[in-house]
Amino acid sequence: MARSTKRLRDRLWWSKLYTFSCTRPAVSIDPHSVDGPGYARIVYCNKPEAHRRRPVKYQSNYTSTTKYNIITFLPKAIFEQFRRVANLYFLLAAALSLTPVAPFSAVSMIAPLTFVIGLSMAKEAVEDWQRFIQDMKVNTRKVIVHKGNGKFGHRHWLKVRVGDVVKVEKDQFFPADLVLLSSCYEDGICYVETMNLDGETNLKVKRSLEATMILDEDEAFKDFSAVIRCEDPNPLLYTFVGNLEYQKEVFALEPNNILLRDSKLRNTAYVYGVVVFTGHDTKVMQNATKSPSKRSGIERRMDCIIYVLFTSLVLISLISSSSFAQKTKYEMPHWWYLQPQRTTNLYDPSRPLLSGLFHLITALILYGYLIPISLYVSIEVVKVLQALFIKQDIQMFDEETGKTADARTSNLNEELGQVDTILSDKTGTLTCNQMDFLKCSIAGVHYGVGSSEVEIAAAKQMAIENSTLASSDYPDDIDDGFFGSTEIKLESVACENDNSKKPKIRGFSFRDDRLMEGNWMKEPNSDTILMFFRILALCHSAIPEPNEVTGGFTYEAESPDEGTFLVAAREFGFEFCKRTQSSVFIRERYPKFSTSIEREYKVLNLLEFSSKRKRMSVIVQDDSGNILLLCKGADSIIFDRLSRNGGMYEYETSVHLKDYGESGLRTLALAYRKLEPTEYNAWKTELLNAKTSIGPDRETQLEHVSDMIERELILVGATAVEDKLQKGVRFLFQMLANDKLINQVLILYAMQVPQCIDKLAQAGLKIWVLTGDKMETAINIGYACSLLRQCMKQISISTMSNEFPSQDAKKVLAFCLTSDQAIKDDILLQISNASQMIKLDKDPHAAFALVIDGRALSYALEDDLKHHFLNLAIDCASVICCRVSPRQKALVTKLVKEGTGKTTLAIGDGANDVGMIQAADIGVGISGVEGMQAVMASDFSIAQFRFLETLLLVHGHWCYKRIAKMICYFIYKNIAFGFTLFYFEAFTAFSGQSIYEDWYMLLFNVVLTSLPVIALGVFEQDVPSEVFSQFPALYQQGPNNLFFDWKRILGWMLNGVYASIIIFIININNIGGNQAFRESGQTPDLTAVGTTMFTCIIWSVNIQIALTMSNFTWIQHLFIWGSIIAWYMFLSIYGAFSPLISGNAFLILREVLGPAPAYWLVTLVVTVACNLPYMVHNSYQRLLYPLDHHVIQEIKHFKKDVEDQRMWTREKSKARQCTKIGFSARVEERIRIIKRAGSVHSDFVHAGFIQSMDLICALHVVVEL
Amino acid sequence: MNNSYAGPSSASADASATRRNSKRPKYSKFTQQELPACKPILTPQWVISVFTLIGLIFVPIGVASLFASNNVVEIVDRYDTECIPKNMTDNKIAYIQNQAINKTCIRKVRVPKDMDQPIYVYYQLDNFYQNHRRYVKSRNDAQLRDEKKANETSGCDPEKTAANGSPIVPCGLIAWSLFNDTYTFTRGNQSLTVNKTNISWKSDRDHKFGSNVFPKNFQNGTLVGGGSLDLNKSLSEQEDLIVWMRTAALPTFRKLYGKIEVDLKKNDIITVVLKNNYNTYSFSGKKKLVLSTTSWLGGKNDFLGIGYLTVGGLCFFLAAAFTVVYFVKPRKLGDTSYLSWNRTGTGR
Repeated sequence: MARSTKRLRDRLWWSKLYTFSCTRPAVSIDPHSVDGPGYARIVYCNKPEAHRRRPVKYQSNYTSTTKYNIITFLPKAIFEQFRRVANLYFLLAAALSLTPVAPFSAVSMIAPLTFVIGLSMAKEAVEDWQRFIQDMKVNTRKVIVHKGNGKFGHRHWLKVRVGDVVKVEKDQFFPADLVLLSSCYEDGICYVETMNLDGETNLKVKRSLEATMILDEDEAFKDFSAVIRCEDPNPLLYTFVGNLEYQKEVFALEPNNILLRDSKLRNTAYVYGVVVFTGHDTKVMQNATKSPSKRSGIERRMDCIIYVLFTSLVLISLISSSSFAQKTKYEMPHWWYLQPQRTTNLYDPSRPLLSGLFHLITALILYGYLIPISLYVSIEVVKVLQALFIKQDIQMFDEETGKTADARTSNLNEELGQVDTILSDKTGTLTCNQMDFLKCSIAGVHYGVGSSEVEIAAAKQMAIENSTLASSDYPDDIDDGFFGSTEIKLESVACENDNSKKPKIRGFSFRDDRLMEGNWMKEPNSDTILMFFRILALCHSAIPEPNEVTGGFTYEAESPDEGTFLVAAREFGFEFCKRTQSSVFIRERYPKFSTSIEREYKVLNLLEFSSKRKRMSVIVQDDSGNILLLCKGADSIIFDRLSRNGGMYEYETSVHLKDYGESGLRTLALAYRKLEPTEYNAWKTELLNAKTSIGPDRETQLEHVSDMIERELILVGATAVEDKLQKGVRFLFQMLANDKLINQVLILYAMQVPQCIDKLAQAGLKIWVLTGDKMETAINIGYACSLLRQCMKQISISTMSNEFPSQDAKKVLAFCLTSDQAIKDDILLQISNASQMIKLDKDPHAAFALVIDGRALSYALEDDLKHHFLNLAIDCASVICCRVSPRQKALVTKLVKEGTGKTTLAIGDGANDVGMIQAADIGVGISGVEGMQAVMASDFSIAQFRFLETLLLVHGHWCYKRIAKMICYFIYKNIAFGFTLFYFEAFTAFSGQSIYEDWYMLLFNVVLTSLPVIALGVFEQDVPSEVFSQFPALYQQGPNNLFFDWKRILGWMLNGVYASIIIFIININNIGGNQAFRESGQTPDLTAVGTTMFTCIIWSVNIQIALTMSNFTWIQHLFIWGSIIAWYMFLSIYGAFSPLISGNAFLILREVLGPAPAYWLVTLVVTVACNLPYMVHNSYQRLLYPLDHHVIQEIKHFKKDVEDQRMWTREKSKARQCTKIGFSARVEERIRIIKRAGSVHSDFVHAGFIQSMDLICALHVVVEL
Repeated sequence: MNNSYAGPSSASADASATRRNSKRPKYSKFTQQELPACKPILTPQWVISVFTLIGLIFVPIGVASLFASNNVVEIVDRYDTECIPKNMTDNKIAYIQNQAINKTCIRKVRVPKDMDQPIYVYYQLDNFYQNHRRYVKSRNDAQLRDEKKANETSGCDPEKTAANGSPIVPCGLIAWSLFNDTYTFTRGNQSLTVNKTNISWKSDRDHKFGSNVFPKNFQNGTLVGGGSLDLNKSLSEQEDLIVWMRTAALPTFRKLYGKIEVDLKKNDIITVVLKNNYNTYSFSGKKKLVLSTTSWLGGKNDFLGIGYLTVGGLCFFLAAAFTVVYFVKPRKLGDTSYLSWNRTGTGR
């Protein structure tokens, strides 16, 4: 270790590179006042044992996300179970069933309840155990802790205490919130990656206090002692107030001194820090809102249904018991056979009110079959199985990380089918944060023939559009072969291209012979090209690291773009190989010379990048003494700063930039300026002045100074970098080998992020991007993902921060005091202006995009503004929120969820997304990357964003339909059964006698009708899975709630009531009549009637579910017909038991009912009569008002999709919601433009075709290269 | 062409890749939800033929059932009002409860049609809640079956034990309220024997009512309910009791009394000598004597036939209606113009 430390010591100090911050202000800031409430924390550094006793005994570093522990599991889990009203009711019923009030035996009430509750609790336990295992993985990570006497040793995270001095090494996570004491660098700085906190990928500099900077060895901590007084734990990530008392001096601690848990040490060998907040006191944990238990919309509505059923239950119970009381009072005294004079309270004619009350309880239990006890447990079983299917889906398996999709909480499956808005994180979710240098424009000439993903897909889409449009215009025989073949050709081109595009060099996909291999020398503007390459190689703050394996260099850059530029420069022959404190060395390779020349450039200054400046510059002096300012930055900024004749290529470059933007690429403009030594020296003194100034306006001054030099630039060109979106894999082709080629290719494309977004948009989903990133980055990604496009009207809402009157510090202060309201008013104005603009826009194709930054958002989210903001956002096709904090992400999510009342889905990968994942109706975590926080908090985890399509469109839709159908059927079934009990009461003087044997009722829900319902809930498919990606519009059935609206629920309820009436009337008048029911003259008794009626119910409900299903595998057949057979088997077995058990049902099937033709005939007529209305309704609907899936079922059934390819393709292209985002929108727009142009030529199809042919040719070139 | 992108590139097939791929879900038709399935589609042809088929099956069954029901000859005679002496019509309860009065009553019924043997004799009670919860539960099956279990009288309240505390066999309200009217029949001067054997279910006699269980303490209490039992006959032989213990489902019910095993001719006059013992006057229940033949479907009941005819007829009507709809407003199957994006124009 010592050696490596030394090696690092020898290296330069990064901090020196930074213009703005390297020189410290001479005077330290005064210590904060840390008295009073909220600032009570005292930390005795290096004395963790001092924190064993109150009041300074703080939380341990153990973190837990579990819901239960061993002791609390039983009471808590049981409490959770009985929070469901239905369960509580059944518990009460079970308790009462022990008393004589109950109409049934106790076991028939308690057994199902125990089963149901037990199963649910077992599921909870397993899920919590998995959470615990995850927690332990984090808690048992190891960290190096000072163990006394200058000795350090490893310790588990959970044992780290407040006051401990810890040593964190490179690429390790911080175990707790630390105060940075020192680092391997002499000036006490370190680099931190905070991706897990705020999603930002660029590194942040943290620095230690000067006083503790020298403590950079293990030995130094032998006698180290200090006291920190600071704020109490709070969730604010960017603030920290505290003082360090060290060596009798008090130093102020700032956010800059704090290393937060879950961030990572980068580019720094080690740091020493002292623990101030542990465990749940840490900022990141404070930020984590308590994981709420989520329930799906369907389940909430199901509760409503349960309430409706409950109301009807209470109602019929009241009818029953009042009638009973009346009968008991007035008629029962005459019923001598009941011995009314020697009765109990239950049937006391002299106290009818009391008996009535008792009877009310009886009735409530008796009619309890209206409430489906097994509904919850069946749903739970179904959801677990659905979750297994989601996990097993090979289409959602990621080859690269070896991870499958996972439903972490299975109770939201059906919600996946109803999503209206997707709120997505950017980094790691949409992109894999890997840049690829793809194109450039130098001296107004475009270089680079590679196509971005966007272009390839657009070309393809165009070809399809044309062929389909053409087919409607041309006679069939001509175009079919012609266009058909082009289409295929295009597919193959696109695919091969995709294959060959696998970059040999990471980060470099540029292809153009004119620049490569030194050919650029032959280009007309080779001077400019040279300058372009030099800017790429010089204008950055990266450090090269020799790579032993390849012999080349890898670059540690602040942002991935910079790394890409360096790789590009290397490939062009300008290899950045060494950086010293003051110089950068470039190995330049010219085709003229066989060996490369190493050149030194003195770096005089580095004007760093900030989101406000949107540019970065270096001032270098080359070996011949020329001073150059090299600048790269956002095009708008650079263009503003060009000198009069520096904008020679401005027009061409801006055209190219627009093109690149259209293709979804990140662009930067490059420029330079030659500086005269005198000019530079004058500026340098100004800079020094600014640097050494003290006070709040130091930054402003520095900015002002750098602004002075970054003028009069000469434009060189522009770069286009593709921010690699998460990519797809190709294994699907094996799976679908028997399908048609076109479908395969479509699926290939659907596997990538923009295509996935496109599909989701076509399915009618709205997509919001919430990112912690800079506004311009976010906008670029918006382009890359097709969420934004050039012709969209962008509405940008931000605070007036740029307009600060920067000169006068006092004014700033005054402004800040009054600004709050002013800013708010301003934002309100911006919002209402934008809304007005949208309202007034008449163009139906106009699409609006809303881009809002975090500061503005914080105002927009306040109570009085948020509805204005939401209304505006809803009107926009895409919404992008930049620079948002995790908390704001959650707030936005909440706003959308509550404001629109629609289902929201949040997807993210880092700890910064946890809030929004928890706030949304459904949280999805990306499991492909490190850092499990998002996944831990999520309801579903997928390996990559693109799997969202399968998850939502296929599984979500299926699950929604399955659960909806299942619940409807359940309600039907229980009403059909429960109401027969009620009707019968009218014939028993409402005495509470049930017509069925206890065992029948026990088995009805648990055995005889449960499996077909589960089969429906697990295996039902309206259309096969591949249809969903072809017809995304089918998804809208979910958000529109077509299968679980009140009309449908009511329909099923009425169907249940109807069935119960039919079953009861036919039975009572046939078997139940006073006539003999067999040739041998016997009349039926209670059991015979009950058994016949029950047989009718079993048949009717099982045939009903068969009619409901549209997909019969052997499983469904087995369950449905098996259930019916099971009933007869049960009857024979039950009947064979001794009469002591079976009672009057003894041998009922064999002796009593089986030989009676009437029994079988009644069953047949009841079964048919019960299902007649459903059959009629279904046939009628299908005949006249078929739903989408009906038509597609028919097309598939008659194989029309195979026979009539063109119709199928045409429908596929139509089957989407009107989208304003995504590829399709972009392509449509292009087609509209062509149409307008094409009307001149009168043959638009031809024009479009030529266009696409051009693209095909371009692609061919790519492939050949 | 498929080769070019068949599967992930082979270069990546190193150890770590195989490890990763070990997590890969195994492909099976089941886990990928691609099991072969039949996907029936409700085409108009199907709908029409299904309805027609149901009609074709149901109407004949309906006709056959009605036919069977019509062939059943049934004589119903309500006698509870007639069998009260004129002077006691205002005080029926006093009449029925007075043990001293001779309750014999003579009824004459005319046979409307030829009746082939066996002719079943039923008694029918009205407004008698044999299905009352208190009543249904008031029995103990163990006791009826096994002589050793005479003491098991749980559930039999309030007819559990005699005054001396010894158990009543058979206990409970059901047995206690046993029907006890009796009928004898004569045609002209020829007496018609009523066969009272095999009127109960065989399984009841063999398994539910013990052949060595004899009545004990039955109807010995102060409160006498219905009929008494022959103390020397085992319960399994007391078929009236066995029939009675099968509680009826509805408050109006018939129970089998016996069988007359001779044919009766049209216009025969049957004289019934009956003992009007059973008290239905308290709860204003009717008592009827029923003589009936049976068909393969049982007694006289048109409902099943009507039910079948109605459903069958309805299906024919529906088949016709759907045919009309199908011709008036035909829809080509898989007609894409019915897709929502083509109908509403929300698509492009």
